[in-house]
Amino acid sequence: MRCVVLALALICAAMVGGCSEGVLDPKGPIASAERLIMLNSLGIMLAIVIPTILATLGTAFWFRASNTRARYMPDFAYSGRLELLVWSIPIMTVILVGGVTWIGSYDLDPPKPIASAEKPVRVQVVALDWKWLFIYPDHGIAAVNQLTIPVDTPISFELTSSGVMNSFFVPQLGGQIYTMAGMVTRLYLKADHPGTYRGISANYSGAGFSDMYFKVDAVPAEKFAQWVAATRTNGSVLDAQSYAALAKPSQAVTPFTYRAVAPDLFNGILSNVGSVVQSGDPLCFASVVSQRAEK
Amino acid sequence: MNLLGKLTWSAIPFDQPIIMGASGGMILGILAVVAWVTLKGYVPYLWNEWLTSVDHKRIGVMYIVLALLMLLRGFSDAIMMRAQQAVAAGGAQGYLPPEHFDQIFSAHGTIMIFFVAMPFIIGLMNFVVPLQLGIRDVAFPTLNSVSLWLTASGILLTNISLVVGEFAKTGWVAYPPLSELQFSPGVGVDYYLWSLQISGVGTLLTGINFVTTILKTRAPGMGYMRMPVFCWTALASNLMIVAVFPILTATFAMLLLDRYLGFHFFSVDAGGNAMMYVNLFWMWGHPEVYILVLPAFGVYSEVSATFSGKPLFGYRSMVAATMVICVLSMMVWLHHFFTMGASASVNAVFGVASMIIGVPTGVKIFNWLFTMYGGRVRFTVPVLWAIGFMVTFVLGGLTGVLLAVPPVDWQVHNSLFLVAHFHHVIIPGVVFGVFAGYMYWFPKAFGFTLDESWGRRAFWCWFIGFHVSFMPLYVVGLMGMTRRLQHYDVVSWQPWLIVAAAGVVIIFAGVICQIMQFAVSIRHREQLRDVTGDPWNGRTLEWSTASPPPAWNFAFLPRVAGRDAYWIQKTLARAKQVQPAPRRKYEPIEVPKNTPTGFVNAFFAVVTGFALIWHIWWMAALGAVGGFVTFLVFAFREEEEVEIPAETIARFDRAHPAEVAL
Repeated sequence: MRCVVLALALICAAMVGGCSEGVLDPKGPIASAERLIMLNSLGIMLAIVIPTILATLGTAFWFRASNTRARYMPDFAYSGRLELLVWSIPIMTVILVGGVTWIGSYDLDPPKPIASAEKPVRVQVVALDWKWLFIYPDHGIAAVNQLTIPVDTPISFELTSSGVMNSFFVPQLGGQIYTMAGMVTRLYLKADHPGTYRGISANYSGAGFSDMYFKVDAVPAEKFAQWVAATRTNGSVLDAQSYAALAKPSQAVTPFTYRAVAPDLFNGILSNVGSVVQSGDPLCFASVVSQRAEK
Repeated sequence: MNLLGKLTWSAIPFDQPIIMGASGGMILGILAVVAWVTLKGYVPYLWNEWLTSVDHKRIGVMYIVLALLMLLRGFSDAIMMRAQQAVAAGGAQGYLPPEHFDQIFSAHGTIMIFFVAMPFIIGLMNFVVPLQLGIRDVAFPTLNSVSLWLTASGILLTNISLVVGEFAKTGWVAYPPLSELQFSPGVGVDYYLWSLQISGVGTLLTGINFVTTILKTRAPGMGYMRMPVFCWTALASNLMIVAVFPILTATFAMLLLDRYLGFHFFSVDAGGNAMMYVNLFWMWGHPEVYILVLPAFGVYSEVSATFSGKPLFGYRSMVAATMVICVLSMMVWLHHFFTMGASASVNAVFGVASMIIGVPTGVKIFNWLFTMYGGRVRFTVPVLWAIGFMVTFVLGGLTGVLLAVPPVDWQVHNSLFLVAHFHHVIIPGVVFGVFAGYMYWFPKAFGFTLDESWGRRAFWCWFIGFHVSFMPLYVVGLMGMTRRLQHYDVVSWQPWLIVAAAGVVIIFAGVICQIMQFAVSIRHREQLRDVTGDPWNGRTLEWSTASPPPAWNFAFLPRVAGRDAYWIQKTLARAKQVQPAPRRKYEPIEVPKNTPTGFVNAFFAVVTGFALIWHIWWMAALGAVGGFVTFLVFAFREEEEVEIPAETIARFDRAHPAEVAL
């Protein structure tokens, strides 16, 4: 009994403790909606789970062998009404939570665009060993381990990986999605409040995985424009050759930016997966990029 | 050409004091046991009575011994991981470098699932199912021994990886592309794959054996609806083994082809697709959860009925729920990767399907509750495990349903919330269950009960330690901590991880109590002796024979008149005031002859596996030929059964009057 109380106390503490960061402290519409679904489902289920725990403990205690006041019914092994009850309680719970699930899965589908007056900012994400590359195709710049986004503007992510699987995850902005080589996954997120949030890889990817996190700076639109302009003025250019160098495994990479990005680089990464990692031959890579460009 | 393939002295990590210490201790321990057995002259006994035994009871006990030993290994890994994460905060790197930490979490998962939970469950089924069905052995006794020793081969290979080479650094799921040669060029993944391929064959054979046994060989009168619920859960579990272990074997075979022969099933280039592996892995992996937990549910059913002095409430519901889980569990695998970008419809369907499994599971919880209702509940240690399970498991199930909601899953997938959830169902569900079964059936296996007070201490340490260990992981999971981090920069996570590490210390105290319980019980075995064969006032047929049961289990096959067959016999006997039964005519019984086939075959399996891991091709060929020859020798055996004379059986029965009295 005291352990159940302890468990419940710890879960409550979890709610309080988790409120200062992480998924229980959302900073965008997607994360907020996901938290709401989590709390609704939790509430529906606790309504049945807590009575069940108490009933279990109460029954076991009352019908202890030493309690002479408890009625012994050695043949009580079937009751149609009770059977109906024990099947219908969980079914009704599942219908409720299932409804929440069904609606939530469609409403919050990761590739579903977020309705907004603002035009979405496109970001192409490449998970590398072991750092994140963010390409802004419409701005022609790129950054490593640092994602700067305007607030109140939907961000349209296209994600892939140079090799092993990772998962792109900014807990305070919304759910994660895998990044896989040769494939694109899509995700829309939006920040409602300016601030710095933590982004991580949520899928173990090898030796440097623990340091594979990045900083998300959500800034007002005008500051974002300033950042883009400033980025364009310094740093190197990200082309096939510098990408091949970047793609080589490295750990705990300090964030930096590229002032320009070769056009269609992301598609080149997608179509040329494997060979870049294996041979590191920039010429071969460049030719594939140009072939795609011709198409 | 190098005769030893990739194997060189550099494969042994002489520069790693932790590994060398652990493996040195392990080798010394094994040598000490071998020396003790040899010096005491126990070798012939061990060989004739145990290692070559095809008796399902002995095989069951050996499975459980393997599981308990590997529990210690897997638990040491857990201690190291919790200690690492308790200290490696901020800039600190802890005491384990990534290449070691990554092996530890991979080994922990692999060992706990394949080499602790599986052998423990299969061991219990081996020991209990034939006795409960009122028969003398499983359908294929020698195959049973082969299964056991193939499992042991996998275990040995995994442990060799500690000393020679390395284990996988990919996590226990070994997702490609990370587990492909390109990203994991070492032998670690090969150790993982070959260990599981070899033990997986053993598990599949067990599945075939038990499905056949339960469907085809039951005592006269034991219809399906009279089978004890543990047998039903064993049937469901083995049906799932037969259905899904081939998927795992085929998937690993494809990954092996990728790694050894340059195929491209799951590679990042040349048309390979890792998503296929992820799907296939979980088509096995999700039913695997139920392969483990259903027999544990069976244990709880037996324990709650016996110690409440009542039949199980809602037997038909229980059977239906078991079979519904058996079928549904194969239709929900996608919930392990809602984050892989499937469409909303796919996610929604699999999310709701996953929740539906909560219905039969909830029914089971209520049925155990109503089994206690109106009973006289004796709070023995198995009952403590069962009640501890019920109150803990419903919360673990709750977080499971949360994870089945795709929008919630996107937020906590792969986080420590997930880690907390699956430990929250596997520890109370499976581990508490096998511990309850271990205490419940121990007197049947050895003729004396286990000490209650040390058992109680073990329970409370495990129960409290479990909550202290895993509740904080929910918190840090919600705070955004993902799993498998060797170090982290967010210092606010650290206090929670220190609490979790303290919880592991409490569980460790529980493990010590269990070892104490074992030692104390052996010491006091004369006081704890059970001569009746029925120490708990049991209801099912295993309690109707002597403890420990003779090789032939039952001198006369029991006639089954209804559910809880032994309870009915006892009630009738009391009602009619039956005196010890009239002298019956004993007849000789044939029992299968012991054979070293399984053991020898396992030796060759280890040789082949080791050779394949290190690319020592001549040795692999030799091992494969050796294994085949072993089977040829067995196939051409002259006698397969030994006859136990009627006098021996009669003498045994007179010495153990329990069965005769009915």
